[in-house]
Amino acid sequence: MDYIKIEFLSLSANEGFARAAVAAFAARLDPTLEELGDIKTAVSEAVTNCIVHAYPDRIGTIWLRAAIRDDGELELVIRDKGVGIPDIDKARQPMFTTGGEERSGMGFTIMDSFMDMVRVRSTEGAGTTVTMRRRIAGRAGLR
Amino acid sequence: MKIYSAYSDGRLRLNLEGELDHHEAKSSLRTIDRIIDDLLPRDCIIDLSNLSFMDSSGIAVIMRVHKRMNDMCGKAWVENPNGQPLRVLDASGIDRVIRVYSKTE
Repeated sequence: MDYIKIEFLSLSANEGFARAAVAAFAARLDPTLEELGDIKTAVSEAVTNCIVHAYPDRIGTIWLRAAIRDDGELELVIRDKGVGIPDIDKARQPMFTTGGEERSGMGFTIMDSFMDMVRVRSTEGAGTTVTMRRRIAGRAGLR
Repeated sequence: MKIYSAYSDGRLRLNLEGELDHHEAKSSLRTIDRIIDDLLPRDCIIDLSNLSFMDSSGIAVIMRVHKRMNDMCGKAWVENPNGQPLRVLDASGIDRVIRVYSKTE
């Protein structure tokens, strides 16, 4: 097992940083371009949720942990101490958004389709933790 | 991200280059709105040949262009998505709302 942890402010400029950092860490699993794209997309969606929804009117802190498990699976944990999600099932529905015209409501749908597992735990007023896992077959084929 | 626009005979082509995420979406929407307001095109092509990354924010941008063109009785469609942006388009099911052409002559 190996992991990295990063902590950054909920500024939209950090979205690109977060996915680049995870991609650099995941590179040691020798992922295909497609696998790397899927991981970057899932990170982008989860971090954007923190910026838009968890901290709607203030700048807060986002914690990101990426781990490579012994079985070659990549695990991502994205955590905030924001407002929380009142109804997780509703938030995960396609096209549902409280984010206005610049949001599509497809964030969780894309995370669900690109990752093998997506778990959302949230407490109103205390924050949200999103855990995602993706098995990396890699360019060398199945390990 | 960069947006290049070309206009001829009622047809507007928006060429999106680089990475389209939430950070870029806000200014992109403003830029695209301004271009459409200025030119009032009949057709609007969203060309993704040079887009290397997009997330669901890109879906919102495409939906917005679709809606704006629809509101003025025009048409919008997507051309040449490949790699990661194509996978996001597929996962979103956006092709039920707007036409997506993967290859053009």
